[in-house]
Amino acid sequence: MAEEFAVRMVNITKTFGHVTANDKVYLELHRGEILSLLGENGSGKTTLMNMLSGIYFPDSGQIYINGREVTISSPHDAYRLGIGMVHQHFKLVDVLTAAENIALGLPGGLVVDRKAIGARVREICDRYGFSVDPDKKVYDMSVSEKQTLEIVKTLYRGADILILDEPTAVLTPQETETLFAVMRNMRADGKSIIIITHKLNEVLEISDRVTVLRKGEYIGDMDTAKADARALTDMMVGRTVTLNIQRDLPVDPQRRLEIRNLTVKDADGVVRLDDINLDVYAGEILGVAGVSGCGQKELLEAIAGLQPAVSGSSIKYRPTGRSGPAEELLGLGPRAVSDRGIRLAFVPEDRLGMGLVASMNIAGNMMLKEYRAGKSPLVERRHPYDMARNIVRELEVVTPSIETPVRQLSGGNVQKVLVGREIAMHPTVLMSAYAVRGLDINTSYTIYRLLNEQKKAGVAVIYVGEDLDVLLQLCDRIAVLCGGRLSDIVDGRTATKEQVGYLMTNMGKEASA
Amino acid sequence: MTDHEPLIHIARRDGLVWWRAWCIRLIGAALALLASALFIYSITKLNPVKVYAAMWEGAFGSARRAWITARDASILLCIGVGLAPAFMMRFWNVGAEGQVLMGGCATAAVLIYLGRTLPTAQLLTLSVIVSLVAGAVWGLIPALFKARWNTNETLFTLMMNYIAIQITCFLVAIWENPKGSNSVGIINQQTQAGWLPALFGKQYLLNVIIVLTIAVVMYLYLKYTKHGYEISVVGESENTARYAGISVRRVIIRTMVLSGAVCGLSGFIAVAGSSHTISTATAGGRGFTAIIVAWMAKFNTFVMILIALLLVFLEKGAIQIASQFNLNDYASDVVTGIILFFLLGSEFFIQYTVRFRSHAHKTQEVEA
Amino acid sequence: MTQLISLLTSAIVFGTVILYGALGEIITEKSGNLNLGVPGIMYLGGIAGIATAFFYEMYAAEPIGAVGLILSFLAAFLASALGGLVYAFLTITLRANQNVTGLTLTIFGAGLANLFGGSLNALAGGVGQISVAVTSRAYRAYSHTLAGLGWVGQLLFSFGFMAYLAIVVALLASWFLNRSRVGLNLRAVGEDPATADAAGINVTLYKYLATCVGAGISGMGGLYYAMDYIKGTWSTDGTIEALGWLAVALVIFATWKPARAIWSAYLFGVLYWAYNYIAGLSRATIELFKMLPYVVTILVLVAVSMRHSREAQPPRSLGLSYFREER
Repeated sequence: MAEEFAVRMVNITKTFGHVTANDKVYLELHRGEILSLLGENGSGKTTLMNMLSGIYFPDSGQIYINGREVTISSPHDAYRLGIGMVHQHFKLVDVLTAAENIALGLPGGLVVDRKAIGARVREICDRYGFSVDPDKKVYDMSVSEKQTLEIVKTLYRGADILILDEPTAVLTPQETETLFAVMRNMRADGKSIIIITHKLNEVLEISDRVTVLRKGEYIGDMDTAKADARALTDMMVGRTVTLNIQRDLPVDPQRRLEIRNLTVKDADGVVRLDDINLDVYAGEILGVAGVSGCGQKELLEAIAGLQPAVSGSSIKYRPTGRSGPAEELLGLGPRAVSDRGIRLAFVPEDRLGMGLVASMNIAGNMMLKEYRAGKSPLVERRHPYDMARNIVRELEVVTPSIETPVRQLSGGNVQKVLVGREIAMHPTVLMSAYAVRGLDINTSYTIYRLLNEQKKAGVAVIYVGEDLDVLLQLCDRIAVLCGGRLSDIVDGRTATKEQVGYLMTNMGKEASA
Repeated sequence: MTDHEPLIHIARRDGLVWWRAWCIRLIGAALALLASALFIYSITKLNPVKVYAAMWEGAFGSARRAWITARDASILLCIGVGLAPAFMMRFWNVGAEGQVLMGGCATAAVLIYLGRTLPTAQLLTLSVIVSLVAGAVWGLIPALFKARWNTNETLFTLMMNYIAIQITCFLVAIWENPKGSNSVGIINQQTQAGWLPALFGKQYLLNVIIVLTIAVVMYLYLKYTKHGYEISVVGESENTARYAGISVRRVIIRTMVLSGAVCGLSGFIAVAGSSHTISTATAGGRGFTAIIVAWMAKFNTFVMILIALLLVFLEKGAIQIASQFNLNDYASDVVTGIILFFLLGSEFFIQYTVRFRSHAHKTQEVEA
Repeated sequence: MTQLISLLTSAIVFGTVILYGALGEIITEKSGNLNLGVPGIMYLGGIAGIATAFFYEMYAAEPIGAVGLILSFLAAFLASALGGLVYAFLTITLRANQNVTGLTLTIFGAGLANLFGGSLNALAGGVGQISVAVTSRAYRAYSHTLAGLGWVGQLLFSFGFMAYLAIVVALLASWFLNRSRVGLNLRAVGEDPATADAAGINVTLYKYLATCVGAGISGMGGLYYAMDYIKGTWSTDGTIEALGWLAVALVIFATWKPARAIWSAYLFGVLYWAYNYIAGLSRATIELFKMLPYVVTILVLVAVSMRHSREAQPPRSLGLSYFREER
């Protein structure tokens, strides 16, 4: 009976420590169809697919390939079953050519027969409409060429079930069109394809069916023909959940940051932020919404002085009380900013790799931003220890002692230490990126409470988040980013989840029209 | 399905109480002594216990021997202390050998060229300064390239050693005394100008005091100063350092100048306070051994004292058994190697726990 | 002319020693392991060869050169590979630091070799030289007819077989790394072990094999030095250690390319011996001359890092241990 299914995943559960990434998830892929796996960030899409491709091993549940129950415990097993996955982070060796990358790890003769590989590659390319130069080195390739190579690699290895993890995130619209054309050719050839995405327009354009996950749970699937953007959004973001986060009206909000024409390019010259204009007010919480990698990190880092911006960009800081001239923050760097007495607090996404020193104890981490204070060549140790004890007591940090390296604390306690330190510096601007990611409910509420206290104290709070319920119930205004652009700024009290969802997937214009 | 879990599961330990970590190291050391004993027995058929006793005799058997052991251990310690800040920053300074030699050459130059004209106090002051500078320069060069172009510092500092060795050979050829001996001989043998003076009649007491002072100061520097704090942050994560507004480049350069300078000072102590001559044996591989000292001690200068003493004890002891039992004193290197292998291996059991599958199953059942 | 020929021949002999050392280290480093134990490994190879030949010649009634050669050759390879195995076990399985483990291996190898070297000297009658004349002669055998063909013969045919073997090994290694399937996988392991792992390559196995085989090849440098360069004797003067570090330098100079290592090794030889053929150098200046190989190596290292040339970089995961990410 199950013969029509290329893949069936039944009742799949996977947990990492205390976090349940997939909870009794179902997935069915018909032979010769393109299935969209849709969900917000952190909904467990990639985890589910990693179990299909042998990276992770499920805690429980069954996987059937072509109707037969299988165990997939390594990428090698997956290949043998004809499953190939193209990850978001390409698994290619830079100094090798395309053909050599394809040959890696494959059985075969003593010598790598580049000619034969080249011929096979060209054959695959002709069949599906790719273009890959087998002799080109990977370090000379553009992102889209690398992605093409990854797809060709899986096809070369005989995959007829392909998994593409957010393939369009790195592509231009033209490249996306080419990719979709290729995908249609592959479908015509009988391949079964799963495309992980959170872009609704792509779901509607390319896929036959769509399966939706939300917060690690299976929500449902439907034929794309019967779906529309609104229905899918509802499935993806879910009904509004009342969180009972306290939200007071901002009292006398004053303009604190003026961001004008902010454009940021990464090391490869790719535009990450495109002409952002945004004001941040003291005494309010500004939410930043968007699917991940849409410029949130660059925005915060540019304000913090860690990210150089293209000339013409400007971020002006206005001190309290409207007196004194506005100061340009860009080009200063974190040290110069703090030397000018501007207290920017920043809770970065990478807590242990950027915000904290993992091997140091809590007190040692308290010093990170103020160890320079004073003329003495020695670091002042009493104050950090007091601070550490305060934070442990007030935020109820669970730790054997304040001497314990923060690496050994649980995620929630790590975050309490980090947020506690940033708040203790009495900031005028407080930025936080994914401040409650991976935290339990209680700790999350602690963080919301702390942010609200800061708002009341007249701090300009920026909250980058992924949970729309939280954004809508915590923030006064929400700036929605999409692909490095500012889609719109909405009022947190009146906006709806759907509205923000559309803006995130760049369908806001059509929806509001 | 859980049958497909890997057979052996290795997981990082979340910190081990210090005494358990030291227990594991002690077990490692004990196994190492056992292995060395087997080795000694297999090639000499001598009773290893007697051999170890003889080694003790050789290292601490008389006041003079004990002082020589202390003298050599203090030079090794000094180099290890010099390396500590670089290693704490995760900068692989394997160039201590060269930095020591440059410091030694600078000291020798002062003693040779100015030995007749300046009083000892001024000679010593000048020697200290030039040896610090010479070592610092040798540390600075690779640091500049690391900071600017991310040039691989392990390979760069390694090559710098051999340049220093050839410079030393060059200077030995220039300064040789008497002509044709291919050695510099004892510098200022009659006048003892520029030699570190004896203290309370103990020739090497001053060396030991200087080095212990440096060790304590370095410990305080790394642990309590702003510089030391910056070094730890850069070593842990350059991203965090940038986040905190620390200039990574400046810290790298400053720290390597310091590291090189202390290694250079070790050269000064070796020349002015110990051998009173200069040759490639002034460093004699100690620059490399000190790397192991610094690493094994996890950059804690007090633990370094223990390890430096252990290694010098092995060396002196082996020289003793070499003469006593007609062996060859390279036996010390073999024993040193064996002990270090075991200690390096024992670190794994401090950092990780190993669980076998069957065991993992049991714990799961228990939890369930 | 004669002077030039003589310089070149001594450069080739010198270069052959470090060529072996470097070739083994290139194979090792291509797997991502930076083994600073090369000098120790060369010591191990040298002493294993000499000791085997010594005992063979002592106990055989009429020692045959070829037999001594084969025995010592195998022993040298085995002993060096064992040295590599110790390093591999500590760094790969026990995840010990590569630099420290390598340096310890150098101390250990040098100690063991000189300990036995000294004992062999003692067994042979005390202070004097020991020598394994018969075996050494077999190592140094060459065709006198061919070598007699004027300067061409001198330059091309006057060496023992190991000088030619080194070139063959280099060309084979070059072919292996660039053309063969296993070599390709090996390079992937050294560049990006996670990717190699995902492609189904057994990273641990590759690292072990590359390190042991690489050490075996490096050890041949010590064997050639003992059997050919110093004609089947042993001396505890530390030359092998200096040559071992020069071999590490050569790896950088050749930018991890075996074929390039061939002429680079001879160039190092020329640089090293050039002082002999320049009139009027003082002994002091000679010492400065010997610095040249290291100086040019640093220049290459710096140039490579400044140019960001992708082809000349060290293997990307060099010096780092790899284990699969555990979540």
